[in-house]
Amino acid sequence: MSERIIEGNDGIEGNDAIDGIIEKYRGKPGALIHALTEIQHENRWLPREVLQKVADALQVPFSQAMQIASFYKTFSLTPKGRHEVHVCTGMTCHLSGAAKLQEKVQELTGLKPGETDAESRFTYEAGSCLGSCSIGPELIVDGKHHGRMTPEKVEDVLKRYE
Amino acid sequence: MPKLESAAALEDHRAKVLAARDPAKPCIAVCAGAACGGLDSAAVAAAFSAEINKQAAASKVDFRVTGCHGFCNKGPNVIAGPGDICYFEVKPEDAAEIVACTLKGEVVERLVYKDPISGEKAAHMSEVPFYKHQMRILIGDIPRMDPMCIDDYLAVGGYAALAKALFKMTPDQVLEEVKKANLRGRGGGGFPAGLKWETTRNAPEKTKYVIVNGHEGESAAFMDRAMLTGNPHKVLEGLIIGAYAIGAQQGFIYTRHDSPQMARHIQAALAQAEDCGLLGKNILGSGFDFTVEMHFDVGIFVSGESSALMRSIEGHPPEPRPKYIRTSVSGIWDKPSNLNNVETWANVPEIIGRGADWFTSIGSEKSKGTKLVSLSGHVVNSGVIEVPMGTPLRTIVFDIGGGVPDGKAPKAIHFGGAMGGCIPISLVDAPLDFDGMSKLGAPIGAGGLLVMDEDTDMIEVARYLLDFLVKESCGKCVPCREGMVQMLKILTNIKEGRGRKFDLERLADLTEVTSLGSLCALGKTSSDPLKSMLRYFKDEYEARIAAGSAAGGLAQ
Amino acid sequence: MTDTVLRIDGKEVAVPAGTTVLQAARQAGISIPTLCHHEKLEDYGGCRLCTVEVESRGRTNHVASCLYPVEKGLVVRTRTEKVDKIRRVIVEELMAHAPDAPELVRLAQEYGADRNRFEKEASFCVLCGLCVRYCAEVKQRHAVGFIENGPVREISFIPEIAASECWDCQECFAICPTSYAQAAYFLTEALAFPGRRKASATSA
Repeated sequence: MSERIIEGNDGIEGNDAIDGIIEKYRGKPGALIHALTEIQHENRWLPREVLQKVADALQVPFSQAMQIASFYKTFSLTPKGRHEVHVCTGMTCHLSGAAKLQEKVQELTGLKPGETDAESRFTYEAGSCLGSCSIGPELIVDGKHHGRMTPEKVEDVLKRYE
Repeated sequence: MPKLESAAALEDHRAKVLAARDPAKPCIAVCAGAACGGLDSAAVAAAFSAEINKQAAASKVDFRVTGCHGFCNKGPNVIAGPGDICYFEVKPEDAAEIVACTLKGEVVERLVYKDPISGEKAAHMSEVPFYKHQMRILIGDIPRMDPMCIDDYLAVGGYAALAKALFKMTPDQVLEEVKKANLRGRGGGGFPAGLKWETTRNAPEKTKYVIVNGHEGESAAFMDRAMLTGNPHKVLEGLIIGAYAIGAQQGFIYTRHDSPQMARHIQAALAQAEDCGLLGKNILGSGFDFTVEMHFDVGIFVSGESSALMRSIEGHPPEPRPKYIRTSVSGIWDKPSNLNNVETWANVPEIIGRGADWFTSIGSEKSKGTKLVSLSGHVVNSGVIEVPMGTPLRTIVFDIGGGVPDGKAPKAIHFGGAMGGCIPISLVDAPLDFDGMSKLGAPIGAGGLLVMDEDTDMIEVARYLLDFLVKESCGKCVPCREGMVQMLKILTNIKEGRGRKFDLERLADLTEVTSLGSLCALGKTSSDPLKSMLRYFKDEYEARIAAGSAAGGLAQ
Repeated sequence: MTDTVLRIDGKEVAVPAGTTVLQAARQAGISIPTLCHHEKLEDYGGCRLCTVEVESRGRTNHVASCLYPVEKGLVVRTRTEKVDKIRRVIVEELMAHAPDAPELVRLAQEYGADRNRFEKEASFCVLCGLCVRYCAEVKQRHAVGFIENGPVREISFIPEIAASECWDCQECFAICPTSYAQAAYFLTEALAFPGRRKASATSA
């Protein structure tokens, strides 16, 4: 008898790929994280309606799905932009001036870590140590590493991504 | 690749592989490790590939794209053989000359190592200062192997230790050898691996698990990724031997979601090992069954903590459990689970193959063997190195690392990322080992060594580390969650000139209570960096507070 | 099955194996403060107020007594300088959130805690988890859960479930030490399903 008080507005009906993933894990509460990871990878974010569907199919309380989705930062509860921009904030990069790099990215995109711009062009994340400490500070766009970055070079790099 | 169904079949195949290889044949290895990759080594590799074709030399030179060579900030790295000639900062345009010279057995002088002060050149790896002070038992093979090619691992002796364990030793004998070697955990705990194995082995449950902790969340540590990406088979071999000793049927490799190259290499290694009969049912015809699954983290630091990691494998949020519920007795799905770090597992084939006596001949009294160190920060030479335990830090920072660049003086050395600590440079003669460094307040953790120069703000370092941890806390217990927030507030105030006289007293209380009262290691060690700062750099803190009050920065 | 014998504050106590140190102490009439503990709920070990010193096999440790199982020959000290300090600082940290919570005020007096020691925090929830756990374990409705991690962790009522379940239950309001659960529910109601309660009341 649970009435829908909050209307879903995500237009996610009939997404075969997502439904396929949900079906694969139906009845397996232990597979919650696997299911959400695959859907995040496929859809680039987790709409609330999808979380509800996953919770129902995997027989976990909605609050648990919500807790996992909000706990782990690889899950996004809002749509992501076309390009993901990371500034490594590991310790070595920090000592090499990553903070100035972050300021520059914020200045150019107007975004704080975790945010996406209004045209869905960039999502900006401040990532943790990505293991390329020797060539820091680093800017990573769509998985491509740009090492030995300076604030001056940031604009050129970002310009290449529509 | 045929399925190998006995130890003899393995040796036959290995002999065939070696027979087809000529150690005197020219070879070129291009590094595709994380840093070199970031410096576009892919373009360099493509250039070599094209050049070799152009010079019609495909049959005259063995060309490989390998994992991390170690000298990360001088990449893209290329090693030419025979003779291990190291070329640095190689560009795609250099490929033609390197290929031509390598075929003739000559050296491209302009691309070899040159000492920044004396100008002295060194062409061979054994002469390059960065390499010559190392003992590269675990990572030495990486430049010789294509990580996606199991034959390359067999050519350097791979899986011989596994065969020896399965056919010439009982599980008990394997366990005793590892105990005798005093192999201590390389992930940060330094706990004797043999004892952990024994607890898991003796637990009453029949179902047992073994796990590779490849999470490597420690900031400034990148050697586990280098190991897993460059030679996943070595880690896998150690895991299978461990499973045999412990009596586990299923293994897990838990690693990061953000390294697709590493994931590909591990998956390929698992598939190839299984195809060859080195993994899966009836390994090498021994009757021992063992399978391995890969799991990825979901982007949070705490999931590197062993009990949290196990909860993550079960599909739950990574909330750690208190240490008195030992995971070696009750771990994943409450079954005995033995978790060890990547480097710890990588040592196992060496210990079984060469013996515990050999292993204990290396290192110091209580810390045996070698240690992988990720050397970075304000240092001339940075990358992944391997040295015997007991090596003085001076050797690492100055002889290998080349000291601090730009004529600056070193100030401090930091170990262990956000859960470690630092020592002032005056203590640089301390040896690299578990217990001594722990007593000095800078436990070596996973081995990430960060050199800090004279301009480093020690208040900012402590503030930054707490800022990192605050975001990674799971939030369950008060001393960690609230303690860190309050410490961060005070440090930010001190840094920005708003420090007050009673701040140091509040910090002392907070560090003590957070260490004693937190549920897990993250909370318990979160204040360790700050503690080491207050131990060695208290005057810097006091001066900043005094300067703040003097400038009228007193709040309220 | 013989009982396990341990010493708590010098007193010899015998309890069945599997009992926690907290339960053993209470049985012996020794009081240990708690906040996130509740007899109807699984032991949580989140507030750490029940921390005690334990000595076993020559080693001393500080542990949460609500979780630590009794051992033969265990020596427990429920009040020491360090234990008292831990409790005092925990109370001070929590009072940065909810300085007027009755239980915290009482503990502050007992342990000499200063309600103004730390900079104030915005939320007066102390994240003890009683509401979340009660709704999950006792009522099995899962109407309220945790979201986020670390210091930005919060409790969150699921509007669709809260709309149909909470008004007739309200049991978590009474066990919340700071009245935050109640406030959070009413805020959720005001934002997500305003007027619903009034509508069903008038149609009754």
